[in-house]
Amino acid sequence: MAVVSTDATTATTRQPGTVTVWARSRQILTGFLARRILRAILTIFFVTTFIFFLVRLLPGNPIEVYINQQITQYGYSYEDARAQAQSLFAIDVDQPVLLQYFDYLQNLAQGNLGMSVSSPGTTVGEVIESRLPWTLFSVGTALVISFIVGALLGMFMAYERGRFADSVLSSFASLSGSIPNFLGALLLLIFFGVKLEWIPFVDMRGSLSPGQQVEFSFAFVQDALYHATLPILVYVVFSIGSWMLLMKSSTISTLEEDYVAAGRARGVPEWRIAIFYVGRNAILPLFTQLTIAIGFVAGGSLLIEPIFAYEGIGSELWRSIQQRDYPMLQGIFLVVTVSVVVANLIADLFYSRLDPRIRTGGGE
Amino acid sequence: MAEAVVGTGAPSPGVDRAAARQRKSFLRVFIERNKVGMIGYVIFGAILIMSFIGPLFLPDENPTDVGLVYAPPSWDHPLGTDWRGQDVLYQIINGGAGLLIVSMIAAGVATAVAVIFGALAGLIGGRLDSVALILADVVLTVPFIILLGVLAVFVRLDNIFLLALVLAAVGWPTLLRAVRAQVLSLKEREYVEAARMLDLPMRHVLFREVLPNMMPYIIINFVLGMTNAIYGQIILYYLGLVPLQGDNWGLMIQQIQSKQAYSLNDAFVYVMAPIVMISLLQLSLVLISRTLEDVFNPRLREV
Repeated sequence: MAVVSTDATTATTRQPGTVTVWARSRQILTGFLARRILRAILTIFFVTTFIFFLVRLLPGNPIEVYINQQITQYGYSYEDARAQAQSLFAIDVDQPVLLQYFDYLQNLAQGNLGMSVSSPGTTVGEVIESRLPWTLFSVGTALVISFIVGALLGMFMAYERGRFADSVLSSFASLSGSIPNFLGALLLLIFFGVKLEWIPFVDMRGSLSPGQQVEFSFAFVQDALYHATLPILVYVVFSIGSWMLLMKSSTISTLEEDYVAAGRARGVPEWRIAIFYVGRNAILPLFTQLTIAIGFVAGGSLLIEPIFAYEGIGSELWRSIQQRDYPMLQGIFLVVTVSVVVANLIADLFYSRLDPRIRTGGGE
Repeated sequence: MAEAVVGTGAPSPGVDRAAARQRKSFLRVFIERNKVGMIGYVIFGAILIMSFIGPLFLPDENPTDVGLVYAPPSWDHPLGTDWRGQDVLYQIINGGAGLLIVSMIAAGVATAVAVIFGALAGLIGGRLDSVALILADVVLTVPFIILLGVLAVFVRLDNIFLLALVLAAVGWPTLLRAVRAQVLSLKEREYVEAARMLDLPMRHVLFREVLPNMMPYIIINFVLGMTNAIYGQIILYYLGLVPLQGDNWGLMIQQIQSKQAYSLNDAFVYVMAPIVMISLLQLSLVLISRTLEDVFNPRLREV
């Protein structure tokens, strides 16, 4: 609470033209967010480099295999096969590796990710463009629901600690953290889809019902939500446990803080204490776990989407792994990583708004 | 440690008697405090016995019987048969050892890397620390499952060491961060400061002062590393990226998915068998790590 009020005073004392404003904004620039942005760029750079060398330099790499295949199976000349490979992978194999690498970076910067091997004539970019929104929608919704509901349940558990509700929720949290999520998805299908026939899972396949257009209407939103229900449910159930346990222990330690006792002594109503004194401070440690949670749920789409035949980027990645569609694999890997990095940046932005200590660099 | 466990009792008159009682009751208090956790040890022990001793009592071959596909449980086949008519119980007993061995190797490698580099990073600090942290953060940012899948497509996983190495390659960052945080707090302790003041070599500080005091955390990290490696292995089997041969719970899951066996009512026990085994194994490891944390981190106990 005290922390937040200092932020408010700095905001009101800010006057145009004074030196302190500049000093403060420089401090912010070199502080938390700047470091996070730098790290995001660094991560993207590392990952692009890593995938380039993985595709290009490993013995028996897919480009060589592809060229040899074209020559031996289809009787192409080496030049033709090489040209073919160049258009698919957006890499010219006859150039020195370093030049290839720069070409590759340039292509990426222009959004050229190569062509799909298994479905000829389509670019990797096109496929990603049509698939990514569905995954961003389902994974994003799930992350938000899981974070908010998990934090609320965790707080409830802290207030009820040692009682029946707490032990039930704690067991659920441990269980949901230890069953692999795709096995959970299979269990859901087996029990509620096949055995009890409660869930019309065949009807819920795909991202939209046949005939439903992408448009700005209530029917579209309703249909999109209907088809995303099962993936979102699985993401939430199998990621909420860690939020609950983290929030519980964080709330318990916050409850012991002096400002909570002081608030009570001053006769602040209990609900105000719960929300503005305890909740607001107890939720901060959860943000440091967001990086792992975002990656976990986004990665889960690779396993969960195929089970429910949800047509997002996860199903596409699954297909390209099965068919060894390397340009596609590479493209999806990069795009998913960039999405996760951006999601992390957004989370950091929220975090630094909630906890001003972080912005001035005192945090880490 | 024992003192903190029993410290809640009333102050006792005889110091010697109290000490003796504390020593005796440590195990009992441990068990009393962790009734749920004990289930973890029991389940894990049972799985170990079944997977490593059970196969000795099995016949050499598990015959395929095309006439008995997806049979429900019977005396001959207590868990029914699979899509080829092979006995499911046989596969369950035989299919755990490989999973456990690979996950132990993977967890061992990941823990070793994490402990050595995490401890050095924490102790020396400076540039080494920031490089190790940035590398760990980069690997952590990339979704674990996708990194694992893509890596396995390019590296042919034809032996268990390669499989374990790939699993360790994606598993070390979480452990490294945990170890580093631990070392940072140990670093402030008097005995470590004393050793550094005496200008003892880093080798001595690391292996004689810091690591022995971190053993509990290393064990906890090893157990958590195992759960990660098991999860990763099942995913690799599920994606069809591990050569499909032999008996393995992961392989069973992959076949259930690819043959769509989960939509058959008769195959219910067959489908549930590997899912239940894997979930039990994971749950037991998580429970074990909880009890260890409870013992080694007294601050958690009040919670």
